[in-house]
Amino acid sequence: MAATETQRQPIALPGRESAGEADPNAVIQFRGVSKTYESGDVGLEDATFSISGGEFVFIVGQTGSGKSTIMRLLLKEHEATKGRIVVAGRELSEIEHKKVPYYRRNLGVVFQDFKLLPNRTVYDNVAYALQVTGRSRKEIRAKVPDILRLTGLATKLHNYPDQLSGGEQQRVSVARAFVNHPPLLLADEPTGNLDPETSIGIMQLLYRINRTGTTVLVATHDSHMVDRMRRRVIELERGRIVRDEADAMYGRREPSTAEFGALMRGEPAPEPQRLAKDPFDEVDEAWR
Amino acid sequence: MRPAFFFKEALRSIRRNPIPSFAAIASMLVTLLVLGVFIPMVQATTGAANTVRGRVLLDVYMQRDATSSDLERVRRRIADDTPHVKKVEFVSKAQAYREESKNNPEAYRLLGSNPLPDTFRVTPDDPDNIGGILDSLAPRNTQGHRQVVDQSIDIVRNKKNETDKILTVTKLVKWAMVILTSLLVIASILLVSNTIRLSLFARRREVEVMKLVGATDWFIRWPFMIEGVALGALGGLVAVLMLAVGKIALIDPLSKDFALIAAPRTMPFFALTALLLVASIAVSAAGSGLSLRRFLRV
Repeated sequence: MAATETQRQPIALPGRESAGEADPNAVIQFRGVSKTYESGDVGLEDATFSISGGEFVFIVGQTGSGKSTIMRLLLKEHEATKGRIVVAGRELSEIEHKKVPYYRRNLGVVFQDFKLLPNRTVYDNVAYALQVTGRSRKEIRAKVPDILRLTGLATKLHNYPDQLSGGEQQRVSVARAFVNHPPLLLADEPTGNLDPETSIGIMQLLYRINRTGTTVLVATHDSHMVDRMRRRVIELERGRIVRDEADAMYGRREPSTAEFGALMRGEPAPEPQRLAKDPFDEVDEAWR
Repeated sequence: MRPAFFFKEALRSIRRNPIPSFAAIASMLVTLLVLGVFIPMVQATTGAANTVRGRVLLDVYMQRDATSSDLERVRRRIADDTPHVKKVEFVSKAQAYREESKNNPEAYRLLGSNPLPDTFRVTPDDPDNIGGILDSLAPRNTQGHRQVVDQSIDIVRNKKNETDKILTVTKLVKWAMVILTSLLVIASILLVSNTIRLSLFARRREVEVMKLVGATDWFIRWPFMIEGVALGALGGLVAVLMLAVGKIALIDPLSKDFALIAAPRTMPFFALTALLLVASIAVSAAGSGLSLRRFLRV
């Protein structure tokens, strides 16, 4: 656990990293990735970042800023128009259509709207993630109750999703995402439909999963959550990455003393940096 | 393990979606019932039409004084040198007299002698070709009158009015049947495919989730197809049972009393039901497999 904490030090800033250089620890690497939808909307523009194994990263930004685009690209629901995406050493563009399901089994995914199968009980929903991979019934019977106990659903095994509260449904969804012990867990607005108290429970769950060594990537606009967790934050604005900081708050801030010192010493330290000049900065400051 | 899993999935889906399942069975049942009644009807009608068309004949009347060598020459000419002839039947004077006097004994008794000529009765290979045969045996001359090709032929004649009527009416009946059948088949396919589509559309989110969790296309498709086949077969089975009951209760007693109903040849009941069952299963399997394709593109 401590190891994962210390891993989060060198953070590449967009544009700083030379294009060919690969981070051996990186679970996710985006290099100059752009996504333009067929409608002409720009989902993502020239995004470059990398996420190391065991990191817990927030992607923040307003609606339409490109958070979901990153998630969809990672899920290979969409193809990048430009640039390279490497996940766990594999180029996403090279995975052929038929192999996509096998690639997806290495990801756990949690969605804002839970995306549970309405016709299955809690147990069967979680079991389905194992059934698609062809696990034996014995293994499923051993694993599913375990993970459901871990997520606090031990008493709800045989309920259907519509008999559960939102928080419980999201727990099921997290359980399903994690039951395969994937190396990478993506959560797209996992707390978007939940009240603050329930949200904390879900984030705790994600945090616990992260502590087992799983890389967790959370897209959110829940500022309270981000501020409290103080993890790495990648901020997007209209498809561009405008901020990438370790231990960050949701809003922008001045560099911490330590970061300032590192900056002075010329180390490639995590630098709080505005990449785009925003005329509303002062307004934002006034609000703070 | 896996086939068992797919069957269980299909069963679960039927159980958990009783109304769409019922709709699928019902639409299949109705379609097959209509088809099952309509197909024998079409066959009977076209069969009857064909029987009528088979009566289209051409009579070649010989001169009264035709010798046996004349007869032989004309016979060979009709049988060997005239296109579209299927059958030539020779009816001698005596035979014709016997036949006709049986139909109308008093008139022939009055006659005393036999006024009838030797006749060749020509059956065309297709009733529509009867005009061609007529033209080659008695082509029109420049004034538009018909002139026989052989001295010993008196006249070539088809029963003009009757033939024309038969040909028009039977053609009409056949075309009407073709159009009705194709409309019905199109309607059935639309009905069944729409039902499948609707029930799949209601579950497209389910399919999407399965894909996002990492299920392969076939892993999702198998249960859906098994479900489609099960529902289609169930609907088909009920339809066949109802058709069988209808046949035994209504058609069979009728056909015993009236020769007319049994007269036209229709396909045997077993073949018909087998055809309907196979069609229902194939359409529902292909329908659910193909309709799913759209939702699998996630």
